Amino acid sequence: MPEPILSVQDLHTHFLTDNKEVPAVDGVSIELHKGEVVGIVGESGCGKSVTSLSIMQLVPNPPGKIVKGEIKFKGKNLTYATEKQMRKIRGNEISMIFQEPMTSLDPLFTIGNQLIEAIRIHQKVSKKDAKNYSIELLNLVGIPRASEVVDEFPHQLSGGMRQRVMIAMAMSCDPEVLIADEPTTALDVTIQAQILDLMRNLNKEKQTSILLITHDLGVVAEMCDRVVVMYSGKVVEEGSVREILKDPKHPYTKGLIRSLPNIRTTEQKLYSIPGTVMRPSLDQVGCRFAPRCEHSFDSCWEENPKLLKQESGRQVRCFLYDEEKSERGVTSNDKSYT
Amino acid sequence: MTNPILEVSHLKKYFDIKGGIFGKSVGEVKAVDDLSFSVNEGEILGIVGESGCGKSTAGKSILRLIEPTDGSVKFEGTDLTDLTSEEMRQLRKNMQIIFQDPYASLNPRHKVERIISEPLLIHGMKSSKERKERVKELLEIVGLEAYHASRYPHQFSGGQRQRIGIARALANNPKLIICDEPVSALDVSVQSQILNLMEELREKFKLTYVFIAHDLSVVKHISDRVGVMYLGRMVELTDKHTLFNDPKHPYTRALMSAVPIADPDIERERIILEGDVPSPSNPPTGCAFHTRCPYAMDICKEVRPEFENVDDKHLVACHLYN
Repeated sequence: MPEPILSVQDLHTHFLTDNKEVPAVDGVSIELHKGEVVGIVGESGCGKSVTSLSIMQLVPNPPGKIVKGEIKFKGKNLTYATEKQMRKIRGNEISMIFQEPMTSLDPLFTIGNQLIEAIRIHQKVSKKDAKNYSIELLNLVGIPRASEVVDEFPHQLSGGMRQRVMIAMAMSCDPEVLIADEPTTALDVTIQAQILDLMRNLNKEKQTSILLITHDLGVVAEMCDRVVVMYSGKVVEEGSVREILKDPKHPYTKGLIRSLPNIRTTEQKLYSIPGTVMRPSLDQVGCRFAPRCEHSFDSCWEENPKLLKQESGRQVRCFLYDEEKSERGVTSNDKSYT
Repeated sequence: MTNPILEVSHLKKYFDIKGGIFGKSVGEVKAVDDLSFSVNEGEILGIVGESGCGKSTAGKSILRLIEPTDGSVKFEGTDLTDLTSEEMRQLRKNMQIIFQDPYASLNPRHKVERIISEPLLIHGMKSSKERKERVKELLEIVGLEAYHASRYPHQFSGGQRQRIGIARALANNPKLIICDEPVSALDVSVQSQILNLMEELREKFKLTYVFIAHDLSVVKHISDRVGVMYLGRMVELTDKHTLFNDPKHPYTRALMSAVPIADPDIERERIILEGDVPSPSNPPTGCAFHTRCPYAMDICKEVRPEFENVDDKHLVACHLYN
């Protein structure tokens, strides 16, 4: 296996709120290889966005702080990078697309202005060349009348167009890694299909690695090679798309997939996971999912489950698959976790 | 065949665009443009469409929360558009609405007790003891506890807040509830809890829902019949099995193929529509969808297709089928 282009090891990002420390990200490890699309899935508050902000060193400090862990991009440890070094990487080698295309563009500047700024920060080109390049980029992401749109303001564009502009901006310096934080959540399905198609082409043609953060398992199925499922600040399961969606192991992943209404089949009643997501806290012992889990037993409340690994890279954080702990024999046909 | 509880015919809602120094009307946004459908008693009618297609405006115009420009809305035979505001207020007891955003639709300065009991007070339950009892009962019906009544909205999670919104809508035993994107602000695992609750309540209280949403899989799950809207008009309306197995209108087909499915093994034809939804202030002539339609013919640019029966109870507005 070659070195991953981006690797996150044991990342802990805490927030200080009301004099209490909240471990929003609690020991997350993720690897992203060249040309790969990895999805991070989870519900609101599970720490998926904070993970991506931590990678970009964009966690507001205070109240947020990376207390532990290592983020390696092509061998460089970003946690030690100075702000100046980070600026060279951000937008140039690692780019990010945010959820809300409305708020991530400056309403006071034209589209061209904002694109040209991003290009000229990282590349030594004249304004005129940068503008021509911007038009080229806008064409590339499928914006009609690109030469007029460069001189327009964000409010003159629709949501889908704005997200295309964001992608154009993110692609302007040919980044090796693209972090997309819920890129299509604010968009309609037909527009979402267009944007996903665009991202898929970028990945295929330029071998850009994509870290896709989403709550939508449908989007994951269409885009990703591998999936990381997060719950309450921790990775609970990792595997290939097929493994996760077809054969989920962790009770949370299972519940999540079962609670999706399916457009293909008709069920009388939807499955629902009882209760709501717990807020992560430092003094909590035991599995975070135990209060909502129908399989929970004593160990789940007393100890923190470890992330169990299979050789193929499949991982799951659950005592049910731990032979020493589980009394229920769920592991009998699943002996390969170590 | 059961009787229609709600009949909407040729409903229109145009918003004026004001401009110039005197604020003269310089144009109109045709948010809802000639919408007709009926809802039978005890049925769930789903309305889907993308943002800006007028589905929420339609929901609010039906309750006259915004005054419709033209057309009629009949509830159990009474034409709502003829009623005075006092008569309308009386009738709203029977027609309620649940809003999309559980964070914005509850007054943050009121306790749950007051939020739920306000509709009771307005509709004549004078005794405070009775109201307290009823609030307690309602909270239990929607799966909350009686002690939640003394809390403020910010102390609840999104799903719980939506439950409070449902309790408030149920307070006066309505017959019809218009649900305007009730689950789109919620996480998947909570979404299914609310959907199940809404189904249970329908059975228990013989409710009728008009369920407005943009998520096709949610609408498919909960509805009996589904209508698809595009640019203020209904383009297709039929029962959900026919709609999902045999969609007729090119827009419906594109919409269905665009929904990502959480199954990596499904291979299917993908129709990716070009461009965006046109602006409702300047809708295309003829069929509103012709600018993005892969099958557009000459007639589509000129003549607006009628909303007609194609098969048995399968209404489509498209020239391909006429």
